[in-house]
Amino acid sequence: MPVDWLPGRLRAMLRTTPFHSRTAPLSKAQNWRRWSGYLTASSYELHHDREYWAIRSSAALIDVSPLYKYGIEGPDAERFLDRVVTREVTKCKLHQVLYTPWCDADGKVMDDGTLTRLTDDSFRLTSAEPNLRWLLDNALGMDVSIRDITDDLAALALQGPTARRILHQAADAVADDLGFFRHTTGEIGGVPVEITRTGYTGDLGYEIWTERGNAEALWDGIMEAGDAHLILPAGMLALDIARVEAGLVLIGVDYVPAHRAVIEDRKSSPFELGLGWTVKLDKKSFVGRDALIAEKERGPEWKLRGLEVSWDSLEALYGLVGLPPQLPSEGWRASVPVYSGNAQIGYATSGCWSPLLKKYIALAHLQSRYASAGTDLSMEVTVEHHRKKAKVRVVETPFFNPDRKRSTPEVAR
Amino acid sequence: MSISYDTIVIGAGHNGLVAAAYLSRAGHKVLVLERRDTVGGATTTEEVFPGFRVDTGAHRTGGLSNRVVTDLGLARHGLELLDADPTVFVPVVEGTPLMLWRDPIKTAEAIREISSADADTWVPFTELIGKAAGFLEAAWTTTPPDVTGNNIGDLIASAKLGAKLRRLGKKDMVEVMRILPMSVYELLRDWFESDLLKGALAASAVTGLCQGPMAGGTVYTLLHHHVGAGAGVIRPTRRVRGGIGRLSDALVADCEASGSEVRTGAAVERIIVEGGHAVGVVVDSGEIRAERVVSSADPRRTFFDLMEPSEMEPEFARKISNIRYRGVCAKVHLVLSGLPDFTCRPGVGDHLNGVISISPSLEYVEHAFDAAKYGHPSRQPYLEVSIPSRADPGVAPNGKHLMSIVFQYAPYMLREGTWDDSARAKLGDLAVATLVEYAPNLSSLVEASHVMTPLDLEQQFGLSEGNVYHGEMTLDQLLFMRPVPGASRYRTPIAGLYLCGAGTHPGGGVTGVPGFNAAREILRD
Repeated sequence: MPVDWLPGRLRAMLRTTPFHSRTAPLSKAQNWRRWSGYLTASSYELHHDREYWAIRSSAALIDVSPLYKYGIEGPDAERFLDRVVTREVTKCKLHQVLYTPWCDADGKVMDDGTLTRLTDDSFRLTSAEPNLRWLLDNALGMDVSIRDITDDLAALALQGPTARRILHQAADAVADDLGFFRHTTGEIGGVPVEITRTGYTGDLGYEIWTERGNAEALWDGIMEAGDAHLILPAGMLALDIARVEAGLVLIGVDYVPAHRAVIEDRKSSPFELGLGWTVKLDKKSFVGRDALIAEKERGPEWKLRGLEVSWDSLEALYGLVGLPPQLPSEGWRASVPVYSGNAQIGYATSGCWSPLLKKYIALAHLQSRYASAGTDLSMEVTVEHHRKKAKVRVVETPFFNPDRKRSTPEVAR
Repeated sequence: MSISYDTIVIGAGHNGLVAAAYLSRAGHKVLVLERRDTVGGATTTEEVFPGFRVDTGAHRTGGLSNRVVTDLGLARHGLELLDADPTVFVPVVEGTPLMLWRDPIKTAEAIREISSADADTWVPFTELIGKAAGFLEAAWTTTPPDVTGNNIGDLIASAKLGAKLRRLGKKDMVEVMRILPMSVYELLRDWFESDLLKGALAASAVTGLCQGPMAGGTVYTLLHHHVGAGAGVIRPTRRVRGGIGRLSDALVADCEASGSEVRTGAAVERIIVEGGHAVGVVVDSGEIRAERVVSSADPRRTFFDLMEPSEMEPEFARKISNIRYRGVCAKVHLVLSGLPDFTCRPGVGDHLNGVISISPSLEYVEHAFDAAKYGHPSRQPYLEVSIPSRADPGVAPNGKHLMSIVFQYAPYMLREGTWDDSARAKLGDLAVATLVEYAPNLSSLVEASHVMTPLDLEQQFGLSEGNVYHGEMTLDQLLFMRPVPGASRYRTPIAGLYLCGAGTHPGGGVTGVPGFNAAREILRD
């Protein structure tokens, strides 16, 4: 039911991304989902298996335009961002990208995203949820302009081992020596683009940004160059497995944004999410600092950790009912109890079978004393309608962390 | 190395000085810093015309706390209060004007000339106003509860206030609770038939508000202006001999007598906050350190102009930035060669003693507001006119007279144009032209004029958007919600930073109560 008088993005119930004219014909499965009000492919093929393998062994092209994007400019832009996020924006170099969460006054995570320094006093921030009001509140009294540029900017993630070679060809080699979490500009398919070496797969990968009107040219340019490098468009199902392997948290799944939490217990601090490394308590002031200093002193109550499910344990549980182990072919997003003996000491929030590692893995919130790597615990599994406990072991994340993610070797010609 | 103080008070307005006086009497080493070269803030008397003592800001002391006057021995320091009688004269272009006297029985007789029904209900009406204002008076000096917390002390204070309300008797309590959020239009419709009387009362309810008498909550403001008025007195008009600045002078004298220092021409550039604590201020690029900083500036100036806004939590900053100011008052000051001669009451007489209120009907005041609603100055403004030289000839030399006019509505935010010289001149002319309809000889009496637009009030006195009350006195910005919920107890989220100005409970007017309450809370800490 379109409503004519509503402005912009509110007008349609579900909007299409700037790449829709390209993604729709490729969507053999017609398997769509909603992402921030946009129609997004869950998978292009009937099964996401090949799309996942493209991420890990060739290259996948993922439409990430629905990410919220904010253009932040002005003499106080650096000071403003340094106040909002937990990382040190003052140390962010030109063309550097920071991954960072940001917190409310109680030091609980509201959202996380990447922050790119485009010039001395202009930045781009991405986020999973709308944050404009929070940003504006924090900007009161500062000389900074904050614009929601979500609709203006189309974005693609090009992820996988052959991504550099594709860009080498498509973008005239501008990204050949682009370092991990760095930013550059160039041209693809005849249109100006920005390229950041970022992504949500834990693999070698890039995100490419261009003005909305240039989206189709960008898509075509990459797909054409990617053809020889086995590029495949990929949807959210494939991405979901890759990001669990990479140990990357997902808002609304692995944590509840603080301002959406109905009760205190649902909120998480960066320390509890394994993001303690992003919290720079030496900064003079930023939102949540006092609470985070206090939490650091007493130690976080919870820790986010990886769990590896014991194959032998699974095999035994399923063996009792005469079945081989049943494995989740799609990543799951649910709260699953984790036990030490009979006591529940945590809960897993995301899990999947890792086709690459050949392991059943999960991300779990564990009470701190049970969270050291190597601790043996158990996780609930449902075996033929009955709740059982499978043995799991606590491991550090990422589960999968290839050298190519960060390294910058010469491009093979 | 400069000496360190216990307390720095920002602004030598009357509330800043009251707080300073109480604190220094309690042994604090206090430094009061005033940006202007004169003390008093908007409670000041200046020679805008040579030899004339003009009250450029407030020209009456509404509800000045007797407790403050007594505690600080202000009479000893030269304070003399002049209660005008009649309190108000409401002229008309044609017909019978109205005067309100301090004695309600005398007023009832005056009203009988225009309505015998209203004359009969006048005394009971003044009793209701007296009771309700009495309740407010109790609330005035009570620090509002923090509704965001569960402090047991707050509950006790609230209970005491509730008990006070209960003592009014059940019937009166219900009536007070009923009328508080009403529009003054509805209240007066219940009581009176005379347009002139309703206009006289309605005008008092909208002073400083960007609202008309038909807006909800205006009964509260009416009552606010009657706290401490005395039994049966409606629209009290109380001046200070020698100009209202003498009150500030007396407060400075008391501060200095107890060892505090008041420095003028000392603009605070910034409040220094270290690790969430206010530890001093920057003046003339030099730091002055203190245990605490008490700001009598309004909340916007305190938190946005005098502080790094990033020292505030964003949610608090948003609340502060959402406070409505919307100043609607301008001031016009005239030097007159003689006294105005009103067509409806010719000659010189008692009617010139108090405030002359150009508010011939409630609808007139509402229409005056209508213009402001759309960003225009009223074409037919409500004027509160005072001739201080009548009771106090010392303020004007050589037998001349001074006229001080509060012009309402002159909205700070103009739909068209800005408050430039031409708009200022036009406003002054309109004030005189409006009065000339009632007193035709006025135009030939004016020897000099001086106009202050809302923008001038902002620039001269530091009143955000020219709001004389440091934030609109509407129900949503009063009591435990003044300046914002969770910060209504004179303390702020910045440790060691307090507020003591009219932006705090109980609000605006020359009362001294915010300063008094703030000092009490500071001493409690």
